[in-house]
Amino acid sequence: MNQEIRDVVLEYVINEYMEDQDEEITFDTALISGGFVDSFSMVSLKRFLETKYKISLPDNRATPEAFDTVDKITELVEEFLAK
Amino acid sequence: MHNIGSYEERIKDFDWQLSEEELEYNPGNVINIGWYCSDRICNQGKGDKLALIWEGLGGKEKRYTFNDIRQLSNTIGVFLRRLGIQPEERVCLFLDRIPELYIGFLGVLKTGAMVQPLFSAFGDESLLVRLENAATTAIITQKKHVGKVRKIIDQLPHLKHIIIVDDNGKSPLQEREIAFNMEEADRIDSFEVYPTLAESPSVLHYTSGTTGMPKGAKHVHYSLISQYLTTKWVLDLKDDDIYWCTADPGWVTGTSYGIIGVWALGVTSCVSDVGFSAETWYKFIEKHKVTVWYSAPTAIRSLMKAGDELVKQFDLSCLRHLASVGEPLNAEAVIWSEKVFGLKFHDSYWQTETGSIMISNYPGLKIKPGSMGKPFPGITACVLDTNTYEEIKDTGKIGLIAFKPGWPAMMRMYWNNPDVYNSKFKNGWYIPGDRAYIDPEGYYWFVGRDDDIINTGGHLVSPFEVESALLEHHAVAESAVVSKPDFVNMEVVKAFVCLKPGYEPSEELELEIMNFIRKKLSPLAMPQDVEYVKNLPKTRSGKIMRRLLKAQEWGEEIGDTSTLEDE
Repeated sequence: MNQEIRDVVLEYVINEYMEDQDEEITFDTALISGGFVDSFSMVSLKRFLETKYKISLPDNRATPEAFDTVDKITELVEEFLAK
Repeated sequence: MHNIGSYEERIKDFDWQLSEEELEYNPGNVINIGWYCSDRICNQGKGDKLALIWEGLGGKEKRYTFNDIRQLSNTIGVFLRRLGIQPEERVCLFLDRIPELYIGFLGVLKTGAMVQPLFSAFGDESLLVRLENAATTAIITQKKHVGKVRKIIDQLPHLKHIIIVDDNGKSPLQEREIAFNMEEADRIDSFEVYPTLAESPSVLHYTSGTTGMPKGAKHVHYSLISQYLTTKWVLDLKDDDIYWCTADPGWVTGTSYGIIGVWALGVTSCVSDVGFSAETWYKFIEKHKVTVWYSAPTAIRSLMKAGDELVKQFDLSCLRHLASVGEPLNAEAVIWSEKVFGLKFHDSYWQTETGSIMISNYPGLKIKPGSMGKPFPGITACVLDTNTYEEIKDTGKIGLIAFKPGWPAMMRMYWNNPDVYNSKFKNGWYIPGDRAYIDPEGYYWFVGRDDDIINTGGHLVSPFEVESALLEHHAVAESAVVSKPDFVNMEVVKAFVCLKPGYEPSEELELEIMNFIRKKLSPLAMPQDVEYVKNLPKTRSGKIMRRLLKAQEWGEEIGDTSTLEDE
């Protein structure tokens, strides 16, 4: 897994969505089902990935399940970068 | 047998006195929702029965009996009284779906103060306008949200107390802040509940307006009469049910039916404080053996998207009754739920201002998929001509939904806003702002809003509020905000933006604008699409014609453009 993408996504999530700075999240923290990122905010996270990596994520792949951890997001980004 | 029995029989000679009698309430008596939802149930010998099953992150679970919520709400009541909170003062609950929110709701009411629940995802600007308007005295929150309060505290001279329920002592408390830990505080067995009367204020729920800032709908303790009976007849709650209302108590469904109705009936309620995923939800139903489920079309459509195969992986045979609220439930969702759960979702219609369900589908009554159903017994409803406000007698003709005022849960005023309140009434009817038609069998069919308000995922967003916030962004010169269609949320927010000189459109700027609104207002209000435009369509008097932009998004005819400003 691309460590650079993992780090960028994790940093973005922490800076943009974490309200409680005492709360620690890792690469496998459940972001959506864990309630850190809600379904509306997921749209901005998707937009960030598309802008940052110049990819287009179709709605049927940008699901709460696919966005649930930094690692899952990284896998998704890698898949679309390879296309 | 369903609680309602026969709908047709119930509507004959209906009187709210029936609900008063079941609640052993006589006009003129004390009526306090906090007491009815806890002490009264214990007095009925159900103190050891589970009132709340709460599940948080990582499978963390807490359980509270009716005696627990009685004592703990007393504990909160004592704490607030010691702080000097007076009856009718506004106490805001700005909390995630944690037990303190549900129990605190009762605790505040027991003191005679008003509860002002606010959605914890609100940004500082959304919080400010609501606390300022209500001149809120105290706010109960969590450390994860206290940063938003600190940002605006200097603009809130009325806010005397910021109560933090999960302070861990890691960082020092600031001015006006105080820690309170419900679980560690002494349990109070005996508490003198404030003797509120029918018209004493209870809950202040904020809702979005078309042209102005959010309006606070003031409710009173007598609302219980409606909320109790609608819960019993529409949601069909029975003593041995396990009930799950998925709404957040920051919104009216989460209080009227997530707290008041269910606990006034002495029924066990489940709460999940984890985010949405289809798998998580199905697991939750299976694990807690949920029997009655009150949810929203947005969630149902998200479940539909997750597919039928996933449903089969869980044993959901515990479910026996499903209901929905927040926005129109499309026919496909009703048909789908029958296919996968063996049960149809019963759509219901009401709003913050009505305080309780007004039009609904009922257990035992034929469901027409896609229809809102029929008026609740005791509710006089019709559709009115949009110009004359006269009742439309013809079936199938679209008009404004209207209700004859007088049901118990009707809001009593908009806080500090009598003009807007009065504008909601025409020819003796209360007009919620939605259009519908009635079919020959008396079923109501939703058509759409009669204004520019955006209903996204069952939550109302004011375009005016988003446009005002957009103007505070350094790059935005002017904007117009409208709804655009969305499969899951029915509508989402779209912003048309004119940039200031020196700024160029870019994807990075679009994301910056989206996040700016998300943090300032809320994730719901965040535009999911930003379109850069050179000019906005305006009338000759300079008013932005949102109507044209909305028609463009929805593929509708633009209509009359005679007042459009010349190019």
